Amino acid sequence: MDFSNIFTIYRREIRSYFNSPVAYVVIVVFLAIIGWFFTSNLFLMNVASLRIVFELVPIVFLFFVPAITMRLLAEEKKAGTLELLTTKPVRDVEIVLGKFLAAWTLLAAALAPTLIYLISMMLLGKPDVGPVITGYLGLILMGAVYIGIGLFASSLTENQIIAFIVAFLIVLALFMMDKVLMFVPAALTSTVEFLGIDYHFSNIARGVIDSRDIIYFASLIGFSLMLATLSLERRKW
Amino acid sequence: MSIAVRGLTKLYGETKAVDDISFDVKTGEILGFLGPNGAGKTTTMKIITCYMPPNSGTVEVDGLNIAEHSLEVRKKIGYLPETNPLYYDMNVLDYLEYSARLHALKGGAIQHRMKEMAHVCGLEEVRHKDIGELSKGYRQRVGLAQAMIHDPDVLIMDEPTSGLDPNQIVEIRNLIKQLGRAKTVVLSTHILSEVQATCNRVLIINEGRIVADGTPEQLRAQFQGAEAITLELRAPAAHPLEQVAPKLRSLPGVTNVELLSHADSLFRFLLHAEKGSDVREAAFRLAVAEGWILLELYRKVTSLEEVFHKLTTS
Repeated sequence: MDFSNIFTIYRREIRSYFNSPVAYVVIVVFLAIIGWFFTSNLFLMNVASLRIVFELVPIVFLFFVPAITMRLLAEEKKAGTLELLTTKPVRDVEIVLGKFLAAWTLLAAALAPTLIYLISMMLLGKPDVGPVITGYLGLILMGAVYIGIGLFASSLTENQIIAFIVAFLIVLALFMMDKVLMFVPAALTSTVEFLGIDYHFSNIARGVIDSRDIIYFASLIGFSLMLATLSLERRKW
Repeated sequence: MSIAVRGLTKLYGETKAVDDISFDVKTGEILGFLGPNGAGKTTTMKIITCYMPPNSGTVEVDGLNIAEHSLEVRKKIGYLPETNPLYYDMNVLDYLEYSARLHALKGGAIQHRMKEMAHVCGLEEVRHKDIGELSKGYRQRVGLAQAMIHDPDVLIMDEPTSGLDPNQIVEIRNLIKQLGRAKTVVLSTHILSEVQATCNRVLIINEGRIVADGTPEQLRAQFQGAEAITLELRAPAAHPLEQVAPKLRSLPGVTNVELLSHADSLFRFLLHAEKGSDVREAAFRLAVAEGWILLELYRKVTSLEEVFHKLTTS
């Protein structure tokens, strides 16, 4: 694996995000939603808590992440630039990783301004910083899983809308797993719960970093990126 | 650096896009791939550039098998796809830098090659513009520049002059010819004059098979039919048609004399002669001896168009 290739692709994607209005629109919309809930809690309910952020962001990510990943490969397929890219001395996995890291950076850039809420809370009182830090770690990991899935969905088609819908349905299914346990046979509940992404996220957001949760996230990220790479290699089958 | 293609076959579903093609290209050769649309030119190029694998057959670039040494092969190749795909949101210099980096160029070499390519491909005036703002001709030049940025030993170009105006076409052809001296160039086209102007070897493919292989001259000679000579002359008033035509007919080798036009003492004939004979000299001597004034003497040569037409229609 050649890291300079990954970085070259990463840099192009980052520029492409930030040279177009896409990144800014997406970030502003994201912050507006989170900000509205945080401030209405703060001023109307007199609750200075980031809990609302950690409850809301996973849901916003369901739409937000597929929106930032849908173009990553589908657009290049449609424009034909993928043909040129894959005939350069670049491995398919380097293409996938470069794009993954770029989308992950955009996600972190969207999340970073919400730290202002943490700062304003620290000015007002003494919040428990531990769970906030692990909560952010959880969001970043959860976002990475969503991006991996979005990248895979984008590799399946040249149509960005289809890429969005496929990614949305997969991440929604993953998100809903631990919320539909009442419909699941008793013997399967613990398995289905373990597969649910929100179950692991809430573990981490409570301030407990358990290796099982980390392994869960890491393996989903790895698995989705592997699928995206295989799907890119499909032209060779 | 040579390319060796052996028994290449590619299927799209049931149809054979490329059917058992074999050929070699050597350094210093500019190989023109000629064929009607859908003949398999683009498919063959996509296989050589490692974009997709063949169903059977092998390709070796500089002795390296494309299936086993894909990355090594791709380092040696510069490729301009038919559709010339580019990132419209990047400016020309950024795009060239991106291509250079993907080809593992480093530091000063990147700037040097970018400058050189911008100069060679005539991109200096537009180097800070977004590719999306450029005209088709400029985009084509950007496509050529990215293909050559790493100074590859093998250049594969799918219709390199499409979208260019006549002046640009001449420039690009000269560039290709110049590069072709030291490199191995494969280009596809369906413009026959392009092959004549740039290539020193032609491969005509039709329905996935090679139907002709040789220099443009060889192909023309191979498909040259009977000789045909156009002759225009002014004869003295005393020499009517009945007298002129039989004299031409009696020249050695001439099989038929056809009158194309006739006004007063001005005659225009088409002489048919046996294959391989050249009756121009005899015709000239006859005209001198008879006191005819020779206005035009022209030997019709089989054009590549005719060769192409013969080979690709059945």
